[in-house]
Amino acid sequence: MTVIEAHGLRKTYGKTTALDGVDLRVEEGRILGLIGLNGAGKTTALNAILGLTNFEGELKVLGRNPWTERNELMRDVCFIADVAVMPRWMRVSQALDYVAGVHPRFDRAKAEGFLAKTAIKRTSKVRELSKGMVAQLNLALVMAIDAKLLVLDEPTLGLDILYRKQFYDSLLNDYYDHNRTIIVTTHQPEDIQHILTDLVLIDCGRIVLDCSMEEYESRYQEVMTHPDQINAARALRPMQERQMLGRTIFLFDGADRRQLAALGEVHTPSIADLFVAILGKTSDQKQGEAR
Amino acid sequence: MNTPLNAVPESPLEARETTPVAVAATRPLYWSIRRELWENGSIYLAPLIVASLYIIGFLISIIRMPQTLAALADPVHQRAMIQTPYHAASFVLLLTAFFTGAFYCLDALYGERRDRSVLFWKSLPVSDLTTVLAKACIPLVVLPLITFVVILATQIVIFLLSTGFTLKNGFSAAALWVQLPLLKMWISLLWAIVASVLWYAPIYGWLLLVSSYVRRGVFLSAVLPPFAIGLVEKISFNTHYFSDMMTFRLTGWYTQAFVPLMPGAVSPVDPLTQLTLGRFLSRPELWIGLVITAVFLAAAVQLRRSREPI
Repeated sequence: MTVIEAHGLRKTYGKTTALDGVDLRVEEGRILGLIGLNGAGKTTALNAILGLTNFEGELKVLGRNPWTERNELMRDVCFIADVAVMPRWMRVSQALDYVAGVHPRFDRAKAEGFLAKTAIKRTSKVRELSKGMVAQLNLALVMAIDAKLLVLDEPTLGLDILYRKQFYDSLLNDYYDHNRTIIVTTHQPEDIQHILTDLVLIDCGRIVLDCSMEEYESRYQEVMTHPDQINAARALRPMQERQMLGRTIFLFDGADRRQLAALGEVHTPSIADLFVAILGKTSDQKQGEAR
Repeated sequence: MNTPLNAVPESPLEARETTPVAVAATRPLYWSIRRELWENGSIYLAPLIVASLYIIGFLISIIRMPQTLAALADPVHQRAMIQTPYHAASFVLLLTAFFTGAFYCLDALYGERRDRSVLFWKSLPVSDLTTVLAKACIPLVVLPLITFVVILATQIVIFLLSTGFTLKNGFSAAALWVQLPLLKMWISLLWAIVASVLWYAPIYGWLLLVSSYVRRGVFLSAVLPPFAIGLVEKISFNTHYFSDMMTFRLTGWYTQAFVPLMPGAVSPVDPLTQLTLGRFLSRPELWIGLVITAVFLAAAVQLRRSREPI
């Protein structure tokens, strides 16, 4: 089943174009990472998917138009918009009562179970919790909702490495199954690289890369070479080359793995490195076009 | 806090089995109203604090009461003297309810955008319509009910205090009891609350609308436009229809729903003779006001849907 289907999705704010013709298709059971710089259009795309903003073009989420059919859609879709949007005056027990009251698919026992693994007290107010604990609380609430689509927009921004790791571990181990679909955006793609099934890179409102992680791993390779093999590596037309600790690292798109192995150690590049390489390439192209 | 909607079953399973359609509609509304009460303690604290202060003030004044009462031989003036604290309690608490409701409305749809918690509320299946209706229910239903109960309690307390004090000082409490048709006074009070809420509904609607729209300066944005329109009208045409309309909006519920008491006059024995239901309900301003309220609330729903956090 297709969870999200977008064709020519556009959104402008006055003269700025936040989304410039996005085509996207997300199938059920995928964990999609949406990666981009600040202002690239990630949040706008998610807001359109969640029915928080109007849009131009075609967009269907679980077969519904999220803007016009938001009320029906929200029974099957859940999201964490940011790290700090839980109301600060609310008590943990009130949050549980309220979500149990309004959400027909909320399993309170499950949420209590998740909270029992944390140091969060039922009587605490959100303002008394640390940022990491608020994220845990929000995740506990969201994971106890039997939703078809979960959207996480920077859910771990500003949290320390321990909370971030726990967050994604519990998401994968306690929540994810193959009937659910998750979309995550983050500025720390290294946190989520190992859990993703799909990757979308977005820049200036356009999708610059859309591939599954299997495709990613077979297509992109990184080689760390000795100085005497630099010319041999350059002959294979790398996407990017950079220096690190006196050695040169080349990033290849679709090169032959055996040929690369002869040059040095071959790795799968990190999402961040690939993203920088792709952005560098597109900005070179733009400069070329300008000339 | 108890509201009339709390008869909704607690367990979602139970709810689904009984009447799924009705439950789907009222449960989110009921919980949204409850959460407003969690967040805004002033809704019940403000009337309680004002009532407590009023009772303390009354206690201090009561010390002089038996002597003054005895000095007033004329039963009409005695009645005025006895009833005044009860009317004053109603007046003070109705005023408190108005200000509490007004300030609540100003923050209701603005505060959630400012602290970005609107993103949390919107992540749950509660529609914008339900949310705005729940927020409108606070000044239109919840506050009036709380105010009615608190006024009743205050009047009972001052009744018991004055009876006790009169007896203790060796005076007969008969005058007190005869001159206080409490039950009729409460019916009259209920009418005053209903009339004032219906009459003020467009004010609350306007404040909610402003609250859903502005990015800053919510108080001035709500208060300045009516003044500006009045001023422009005065300067351009040297007329004052608009400011008359605004004054009538503030005072009209009393002048239309009751026989207005002339200055210096004393209220009659039976307060129910003062109620003018027909006159109030036939005022076109009442119904026009309610239509405008609906328009303001509908606009607030649309704005809550499309406005982004500040």
